Amino acid sequence: MTPARAIGLLLVLLLLAAPFLPLGVSREYTIHVMVQIFIWSFIGGAWSLMGRFGLTSLGHGAFLGIGAYTTTLLWNFFGLTPWLGGILAVLLTAVFALVVAYPCSRFQVVGHYFALVTLAVGEVIRLLIVAERDWTGGSLGVTVRPAGADSLVALQFADKRVFYYGALVLWLAGLYVWARLDRSMARSAMEAIGEDETAAASVGIHVTRFKIGITVLSAVLTAIGGIAYAQYISYVNPDTLAGIGVSLRIVFAVVLGGIYSLLGPTVGTALTIALAEYLRILFGLKFIGMAETIYGFLLIVFIIFLPSGIYGSLRELLRRRPAAAAAPARTPA
Amino acid sequence: MIDPLFLAEAAINGLLLGGVLALLALGLNLIFGVIDIVWIAYVDLVMICMYAVYFIVQVYGYPMWLGGLASVALGALLGIGVHVLIISPILASAPLNQLLATGGLLFFLQSFATFLWTTDHRSVRLDLPRLEILDMPISVARLIAFTLAVLAMLGLYLFLTRTYIGTAIRAVSQDREAMSLMGANPQRVYVVTSAVGGAMAGLAAALLIIQYAVHPFFGAAFGPITFMICVLGGLGNMVGAFVASFIMSEVIAISGVIWSTEMGYVIAFVVFIVMIFARPGGILARRS
Repeated sequence: MTPARAIGLLLVLLLLAAPFLPLGVSREYTIHVMVQIFIWSFIGGAWSLMGRFGLTSLGHGAFLGIGAYTTTLLWNFFGLTPWLGGILAVLLTAVFALVVAYPCSRFQVVGHYFALVTLAVGEVIRLLIVAERDWTGGSLGVTVRPAGADSLVALQFADKRVFYYGALVLWLAGLYVWARLDRSMARSAMEAIGEDETAAASVGIHVTRFKIGITVLSAVLTAIGGIAYAQYISYVNPDTLAGIGVSLRIVFAVVLGGIYSLLGPTVGTALTIALAEYLRILFGLKFIGMAETIYGFLLIVFIIFLPSGIYGSLRELLRRRPAAAAAPARTPA
Repeated sequence: MIDPLFLAEAAINGLLLGGVLALLALGLNLIFGVIDIVWIAYVDLVMICMYAVYFIVQVYGYPMWLGGLASVALGALLGIGVHVLIISPILASAPLNQLLATGGLLFFLQSFATFLWTTDHRSVRLDLPRLEILDMPISVARLIAFTLAVLAMLGLYLFLTRTYIGTAIRAVSQDREAMSLMGANPQRVYVVTSAVGGAMAGLAAALLIIQYAVHPFFGAAFGPITFMICVLGGLGNMVGAFVASFIMSEVIAISGVIWSTEMGYVIAFVVFIVMIFARPGGILARRS
């Protein structure tokens, strides 16, 4: 077993045991923060599946919103269990992603244009949610109808530890998908497409098929993350689950952590959530907006000084150090 | 059935709104065309300038024209500030990072405004005469805003075509490498462009505050539509952006009357998405 694997296994064991550690009064709160980190890391990872190949989507809020709202509304109005509702929501998201991705790939909408088209898509979904306020509650959002007691059918539990393990499994599954894709042929194909579509097509890569495939995969995983988040918080709101704000937050967390590495999205998400929570506790209800101001300021500073992300830069540093240590030995005295 | 008079009124309102949207889109488009970076926080700079006008005119009681001039000056300063502090250190970075740095600025400005001025809506009240044409009330504030916006655009056109630095700006937007080979300093051109783009934001702010209330999320309300107009017109294409702003403002105004404001924006965005697929280079691009 390699050292990296041993550390990874140890970390997973620690995370598995975490809810039972004696943390006293702050246990509930710690679990709450951890669940959020797992779910948003999973969503960040889903975004980075596309983002790392130059498909910069600023509209992942749309997929979150479709997933979360479809499931919640089906449960609230028809009593359909989130398990089935979730499957329907994921199918709907897949179809929606296909409708967006097909023309984007077909007409070679790339770069800035792709970012802005997806931004428009995200806004369309947010505005539709606001406009259909009779069912969706408009910008006030809607609460997931309580099932009364703990229920596996309704996916509602009073004990946060259930969500903790659920979110942990989700996060690990996300990492697995990422690693699986990283080792597949699709990765090489997508990298070639990201560099130069015409050149990629000329060596026989089916550009449209790969781009649509990766977009649908990313959208579906994002929708699953949205469903999980909605079930956990049991409240959906167009500003937290659709629109530019949340779409940018996802991208920020990933870029902050490092877009090209397995744990980059997790590191970035954990840091942004920890920072936001710390600032929120620090300022409380005084100075409304101060926490977010510092958050925005730090984002700019990080992007200017750590362009490949915190985790990415750290890894580069660790790799460079042995090389730097070896370098003087080679120079003749 | 909707009264045709309402539709006509909506069409006129759309036209008047289009003028100001065009001003916003031109400022953003100028920066994009020259520096090749989308300032996601552009409309948030407008928001800051709107607050400046509000305080100068409504709180301290100075005349509106002074507020407008101050807003233009502040906009230019903000534009230079954004370029020097945020953009120039990352000019060589990946486009995604450049986009996100201005995205960080968006969060920063939005929440800083919330912190300083809370989320209250604030507006400037001017005593303007009422105007009616064919039984339709026309907002004089909007008419003034439209006229000044069109004049400002003419001014920008003359600046870009008749002055030396304007010619240099157009040259950089056409070919960055060739421009530095010719001995021009692109850094200087970038700073001037950012200042002009910022000044347009300042002017747009002065024209918007007499029609809309300002609040910290003003940028979030007007930002997306501004980007859409730029792309629809063809990023960097000034005439295209001008035409696109009127198309978008009419779509929003008319469908807003027929359905609802949100649906107006939904339809505008859908029109945008479809147009991008049909004419990826913008509405005025020649098919290659």
